[in-house]
Amino acid sequence: MNTLKKILGIVWMILAPVIICFLIYEAFVKIDLSKPAEKANTILQWVIILLIFTPISIGLFIFGHYATKDEYAVLPESSSELNDQ
Amino acid sequence: MITGKTIAMNAGKKQSSIAFVIGASSVGTLIEWYDFYIFGMLATILSKQFFPAEAGTAALLSTLAIFAAGFIVRPFGALVFGRLGDLIGRKHTFLLTLVIMGGSTFAIGLVPGFKTIGWAAPILVLILRLLQGLALGGEYGGAATYVAEHAPANRRGFWTSWIQTTATLGLFLALGVIILIRSNQGVEKFSGEWGGWRYPFWISIILVAVSVLVRMRMSESPMFSKLKSEGKTSTNPLKESFGNKANFKMVLLALFGAVMGQGVVWYTGQFYAQTFLETVCSIEFVQSRNIMLVAILMATPFFVIFGWLSDKIGRKWIMLLGMLLAICTYRPIYSTFIAITAAKNRTHIIDERLTKTGPLMSLIDAKDKHKMYIKQQLDTTYLDGSLFKYTKVDTIIGYDELGVNRPINLINPTLIKYHSPKPSIVIEKTMGNAAKWDLIWLVFIQIIYVTMVYGPIAAFLVEMFPTKIRYTSMSLPYHIGNGVFGGLVPFLSTLIVEFTKTPKNSDGDPLAGLWYPIGVAIICLIIGAVYLTNKRDKNVMD
Repeated sequence: MNTLKKILGIVWMILAPVIICFLIYEAFVKIDLSKPAEKANTILQWVIILLIFTPISIGLFIFGHYATKDEYAVLPESSSELNDQ
Repeated sequence: MITGKTIAMNAGKKQSSIAFVIGASSVGTLIEWYDFYIFGMLATILSKQFFPAEAGTAALLSTLAIFAAGFIVRPFGALVFGRLGDLIGRKHTFLLTLVIMGGSTFAIGLVPGFKTIGWAAPILVLILRLLQGLALGGEYGGAATYVAEHAPANRRGFWTSWIQTTATLGLFLALGVIILIRSNQGVEKFSGEWGGWRYPFWISIILVAVSVLVRMRMSESPMFSKLKSEGKTSTNPLKESFGNKANFKMVLLALFGAVMGQGVVWYTGQFYAQTFLETVCSIEFVQSRNIMLVAILMATPFFVIFGWLSDKIGRKWIMLLGMLLAICTYRPIYSTFIAITAAKNRTHIIDERLTKTGPLMSLIDAKDKHKMYIKQQLDTTYLDGSLFKYTKVDTIIGYDELGVNRPINLINPTLIKYHSPKPSIVIEKTMGNAAKWDLIWLVFIQIIYVTMVYGPIAAFLVEMFPTKIRYTSMSLPYHIGNGVFGGLVPFLSTLIVEFTKTPKNSDGDPLAGLWYPIGVAIICLIIGAVYLTNKRDKNVMD
């Protein structure tokens, strides 16, 4: 199971930048396609989406990184263990 | 001497005290959801009153109000109020969120329209909407933590699941109030500048006042009080939640292994289903809402059932099973929606007595005198009681004998050469009883998935984090999962449908939008199945 967790960790690390690149690409395409009157609104929508998904994707990358480092090999039995670390 | 009677009395007192805790916390959270939903449900009217379509800047403000409140301000509210809840206590924090939410909702109902005060209207509404998002971000974590910290270890799932019903019941209450006022007043009066759409906002202040009075009588969470008396509360909850690797990795696990999947399943079942019924299946406004209301009402007890079950068999597999079922059945369910409501699939006999074709009505465009609309209504009634109303509008653009585009009323009718673009056909379907119940059951199934993923989640999150930083640590993943991943279901699903549009198929694949919730749920299911444990933390007194 721990090997699977590690392998999947690499998948999450790859997936995170792929998501950001995909969203940036889509943002450009959609902004480009939008009508002049709607352009500013479309830009705003995509800026908000990128603003919120970039840290989430970074979070996914860190999650994957932790998984490859065996951080999820053994989870705490109780939340009290988090106090001790 | 302690007798059996004393023990029974103490148990009874404890039971009624927990019931009061649940009741007071749930009612407040329900009202917050009600407040948040009425804005979304009345978005079309609000945008007309406060954000006129012709003004570009107003459209920007409207986007900010819708997007920013859900996606940025909610997680931000989770941080602000989560921190406060871990510093000063749960009771005062969620009392504060309730007052902010109720006050801003009431104030939205008082803001005069764009016609009266101009740009001040959309700016005021935007500020108030952002305050709503901020308050909602702080409310849920507080209520869930508060209830969980009162509940016995073996019934934590059961007691916190009552909090989970509030998001659904808030939706139910908001829909019910709006439908009631709208049907009493009529559409025109309801939509006017000071029309009935304001009443749901005003009603909020009464609900909030009652809830504040009830919450004032509540005492602080026993676990937080204990920590405070021992001087063990956190001095910097944000740093301890997200700066401490051991805790931060659990925040990430909660988000990617449970809450993001829960968020998309929730939004698909309760919101996307209604949008789909209305826009793709063309179900009439009131009937589509009635279908949602009945399905929600029937499924709501299952929040508590799955919360209770999670105390017996663990939280993980109930939530993941809900996601798995959603992944496997969303496309069949939505294609059945289409099959039930499509005119071409109907085998029912048309009731010729009630089927009628209206007269042709012509109307010259008020602004563009070159254009004339020819409108015709066709009502098709089926023997199963279904009524399909087709409104066909042909646009005629007038040219005179020289081929010059001229106002239609200035051209001799015998000389008009016209060019008519593709006629628009608006369909409004009111389904017969049997078909309506088929749709209700299909929505019900989706809401059962919602209850599976959502019923145990509060207990699951509470048990993941220690008391001193619990409010902060559980609020952020919850609001990212629900506000961002869930809240983006309508936007991203519409975007995916756009990808499938081709010159040959201008409508695209209406089911393609489901790939977003399915994709997110698949990732979450894999992460949850591989990385999460099914163990329940019996001791949350840490």
